[in-house]
Amino acid sequence: MIKVQNLAKVFGTKRAVDDVSFSVNRGEVLGFLGPNGAGKSTTMRMITGFLPPSAGTVSVGGFDIVEHPIQARRLIGYLPENAPAYTDMTVYGFLNFAAEIRGLRGDARKQAVNRVVEMCFLESVLHQSVETLSKGYRHRTCLAQSIIHDPDVLVMDEPTDGLDPNQKHEVRQLIRRMGEKKAIIFSTHILEEVDAACSRAIIIDRGKIVANGTPQELRQKSEWAGAVTLRVKGVAATAVTTKLYQVPQVKRVTVVDDKDGHVTVQAFPKGGANGALARAIGEAAHEWQIEQLRTEEGRLDEVFRSITMPDTAKEAA
Amino acid sequence: MNAWRNVWTITKRELAAYFTSPLAYVFIVIFLLLCGFFTFFVGGFFERQEASLVRPFFDWHPWFYLFLVPAVGMRLWAEERRVGTIELLLTMPITAWQAIVGKFLASWLFLALALVLTFPVVLTVNYLGNPDNGVILTAYIGSWLMAGAYLAVSCITSALTRSQVVSFIVSLVVCLFLILAGFPPVINVLEQFASPGLVDLVTSFSVMTHFEGFQKGVLDSRDILFFLSVIGFSLFTTSVILRTHRAG
Repeated sequence: MIKVQNLAKVFGTKRAVDDVSFSVNRGEVLGFLGPNGAGKSTTMRMITGFLPPSAGTVSVGGFDIVEHPIQARRLIGYLPENAPAYTDMTVYGFLNFAAEIRGLRGDARKQAVNRVVEMCFLESVLHQSVETLSKGYRHRTCLAQSIIHDPDVLVMDEPTDGLDPNQKHEVRQLIRRMGEKKAIIFSTHILEEVDAACSRAIIIDRGKIVANGTPQELRQKSEWAGAVTLRVKGVAATAVTTKLYQVPQVKRVTVVDDKDGHVTVQAFPKGGANGALARAIGEAAHEWQIEQLRTEEGRLDEVFRSITMPDTAKEAA
Repeated sequence: MNAWRNVWTITKRELAAYFTSPLAYVFIVIFLLLCGFFTFFVGGFFERQEASLVRPFFDWHPWFYLFLVPAVGMRLWAEERRVGTIELLLTMPITAWQAIVGKFLASWLFLALALVLTFPVVLTVNYLGNPDNGVILTAYIGSWLMAGAYLAVSCITSALTRSQVVSFIVSLVVCLFLILAGFPPVINVLEQFASPGLVDLVTSFSVMTHFEGFQKGVLDSRDILFFLSVIGFSLFTTSVILRTHRAG
């Protein structure tokens, strides 16, 4: 549904987005990750046709956003950053306006408004002015606006920003539910959201895509992926590490904790994650009293940092 | 057909926005008070002993508009940019032109309403004497066209900035130029050192020069064309500004 090819945006001398290509199909939820200022919002603004690209193309449902902007925009629902809404209108008035400008009239409009009011839990503030709404409600009002025409493509810039944990959970559920039938892109810098809602994630740093894969694949890039945590009782820490270094698959062993006769160590595998390490360690340790033996899945936040941090650190130096 | 539907949707929203904020009521009250005060006290309506609205009433309009029209137009785009709703508006399935025209039309209709509400002045003059109502009508049309020209200038300045205050001041200055270019004292000064051709050129840019005809009851196509082309040119400039602003 969404096809982005070699997209670039230059502001003055700064390349905010640099040669970005990806595509999103129906039924996919793409998480867009990156540090602040990485070019997430700029990319989204180009996809929705708000900013014209400096180079490259965006096509939505087969329509080029520059050549056929109106047809392409009809397919898109957009929740901009900070969820702007007309402050002088009531929630009801605003949603009616959004429906009308999307070409919904009469009964179709009424139904569309009722549907999103229900989906986004806006009944209680329906006749309140947007100006007086709390941030959470304003956010949901803007979200309601973006799905009022039941679009095939949804572009959301930080949809959970500023919401409380319950609201965040609801929005993630909503995204996941809608993602079954639509193509969705949303940006975030909350990594747990990637697990909660995405079928695929892209990490973007200083305008470039630095990683692209399912959350599982991204996690595999972590140093922690496949590492085995072992806790035993009544053995000296040095004895444990010595023994573990004899296991051929072990690259490195660190002692995490050594207290009251309980020793916790972590062993990192040689050459990527696989299930063999835990088995080998289990065998090596069979004569000890094992309290815990666990294979780590890898941590997204660590992957995120290792991908986006080294360069920034270098630049600062 | 569809295009006008979109324009009308925008226009309706903008008009509603005027009336949900105090701006509309404040504007209309001030406009009517000013009209009444200047017509009957400063303009010497009664002392003139003639059944005419031209001098005591319409003569003041270019000056009222100088302050009031930028106040109506200043929020059109500046507010959208400040709140960020411009990002919503311009990613809707409408063209930038439809948005520009829709917004302009809303403000222009609002000004028309304010103008219509001055009808008691017309009733008064009709009660007291037998004015030429044709002249009054053409003067009203001229006044509305002039307001449209000011408003279109305000659209430009509003699109230039996020700040309504900056928009207000800049458009006030530009509109002041549009008045002064045809203001008799200024013309007198100009005539002393500029060639008659140049003076004519400068005065031809003034709203005063073109409003004059309407006040005399003449619907001159050149005058109408002048106001319409100021509006057209200004709205075009607005669209260029909005585009370059987004191009970064």
